[in-house]
Amino acid sequence: MQQALERIAVPTLALLASAIAFGLLLAVYARVDPLETFALMYQGAFGTWFSWQNTLTRAAPLILTALCTALPARLGFIVIGNEGALVVGGVAGAAAGIATSGASPLVAQLAMAVAAMVMGGLWIALAGALRQWRGVNETISSLLLTYIAIALMNHFVEGPLRDPSSLNKPSTWPIGDANMIGTIPGTDVHWGLVFGIVACLLAWVVLRFTTWGFAMQVIGGNPKTARMMGLDVGRYVLLACAAGGAAAGLAGMVEVAAVHGRANASLAVGYGFAGILVSFLARHHPLAIIPVAVLLGGIGASGGLLQRRLDLPDAAVVVLQGIIFVAILASETLYGRLLPRKREG
Amino acid sequence: MADGGLGIWGVPLAMLAGAIRVSTPFIFVSIGECLTERSGRINLGLEGTLVMGAMSAYGVALGTDSPWLGVLVAAGVGLLMGALHAGICQLPRVNDIATGIGLMLFGTGLAFFLGKPFIQPKAPNLGAIDLGWWSDIPQVRQALQVNYLFVLGIVLAFALAWALQNTRWGMIVRLAGESVDAALAIGVSVGRVRLIATSIGGAFAGIGGAFLSLYYPGSWNEGLSSGQGLMAVALVIFARWDPVRCLWASLLFGAAGAISPALQSIGVTQGYYLFSAAPYVLTLALMIATCSPERSLRGAPGELGAVK
Repeated sequence: MQQALERIAVPTLALLASAIAFGLLLAVYARVDPLETFALMYQGAFGTWFSWQNTLTRAAPLILTALCTALPARLGFIVIGNEGALVVGGVAGAAAGIATSGASPLVAQLAMAVAAMVMGGLWIALAGALRQWRGVNETISSLLLTYIAIALMNHFVEGPLRDPSSLNKPSTWPIGDANMIGTIPGTDVHWGLVFGIVACLLAWVVLRFTTWGFAMQVIGGNPKTARMMGLDVGRYVLLACAAGGAAAGLAGMVEVAAVHGRANASLAVGYGFAGILVSFLARHHPLAIIPVAVLLGGIGASGGLLQRRLDLPDAAVVVLQGIIFVAILASETLYGRLLPRKREG
Repeated sequence: MADGGLGIWGVPLAMLAGAIRVSTPFIFVSIGECLTERSGRINLGLEGTLVMGAMSAYGVALGTDSPWLGVLVAAGVGLLMGALHAGICQLPRVNDIATGIGLMLFGTGLAFFLGKPFIQPKAPNLGAIDLGWWSDIPQVRQALQVNYLFVLGIVLAFALAWALQNTRWGMIVRLAGESVDAALAIGVSVGRVRLIATSIGGAFAGIGGAFLSLYYPGSWNEGLSSGQGLMAVALVIFARWDPVRCLWASLLFGAAGAISPALQSIGVTQGYYLFSAAPYVLTLALMIATCSPERSLRGAPGELGAVK
């Protein structure tokens, strides 16, 4: 009971503290009314059907990239190569789309999704394998792999896959309008949201109800015990990293096949890095990722309205996101200390 | 002499120029991160610190007409950002990797938010020392325009290496980084050591940011940093936690960044962007070669959670 109460009270406190800090910044520096700003933000994020669609569109890639950190985290691994997996997934997806441009849309879309997930999966599995068999720290190797991924993207976008007509922003050839995956019927939200929610549900079911999930829990708790039980730890590490990487790769494919229509530098705009934080905020729980991503997507979506109405720089919402991240991460320390323990012994 | 008149020799010269011009922010963030990591903490948020430093230096230089005051304020802002990171990470059960990424986002966001009014106006520049006076070739003269901060960075790298090795204070930092138990045993407050080391590391990153906005590229806008702060972590590993090697690595990264445009200017366009991946591939290869499941990275501080 106390634990459940804490799980609500601690993040609420952190959110409240963030709102106060951000409100002070607004009132003192920007000289706007904080309450009016928050009301506008609510309008811009969740106030209308239009803003809801904007919010959900922004949440979709965050949900998918968050899984890239969340799944390996279940084994005690901290992977931060989400951005890289998204980028290689996007480029692989675009390449597959270009290669299959003559085929029927369904074939092309499947090819793009598979190529993106395989590339993203391999990318993060590489970090897992290096950790498992060479002892290379997965946090740092996955960060390095992100830089390598971005350089590779630039290489393909500027070189072998470049569409010569893309002058200002070098891009690959377009995958073609027919092969775009489009939006959920009746909305402007693309299918990436559905992919993300399905992926989270799937991850939750596997972690919660299958032997695999149980084994991962054992490994995350104590790898030595797991080895003594005869679990093949290496295989689980590879699987978790590959699954997480595949999710981030799929996010890249969605960016290409639902938003930009081609691969270019717009892939590396920070969805991967934000995904790391979403995963930490959700405490690496697959189902908690969805509301956290929606909340952050909503804050991002409200930026435009703040700029139009209050003349605030669009970076204002990034500041709020940053404050929230830091406050919630710092609030981890309050667990077990916030409420007085009643009669423990 | 016309541009390109140097022919093939233009490439090494451009790399030298790149190493001198582009490497300064790398030098500052990497020795800052090096100091922080030697005390046993990782700060992934230096990108945010760098951008905050760039913004505040530019704003102050604009307001007071004194670029050096800007550098000082940038160092102060960096110090505060570092102290914030250290203060939060010191709380029990707080993850330093995630906090670093959170502060990276916070710092860049805040810099763009507060720095909005500085995008148009032109602030005074930090001067440079002209070391190319002896040459008639304009490219050589241009390559040897050396900024004071570059010199300061080199001095700091050697000074830090010496201090870590030979002073009482340096030993305390290394002790906190190698073994918390040993530090506690002789009565060193690990938390305070890391607070100081992380704050000073942040101050260095702030100065690196000041170089960006006040010298090269020498203006303030949202695309100012090309990730130098993020690369700091890779640089420090590449340099295996040694400040002098951080200096060489920074020069190498700066030169590597200049290869592609230089090669393009003499007509080599193939594989242009793959060169920019070279430092990371090299770092990763180095880690693969020196790690084993039994032993962590050579030279890595024992308490550095991120590389355990």
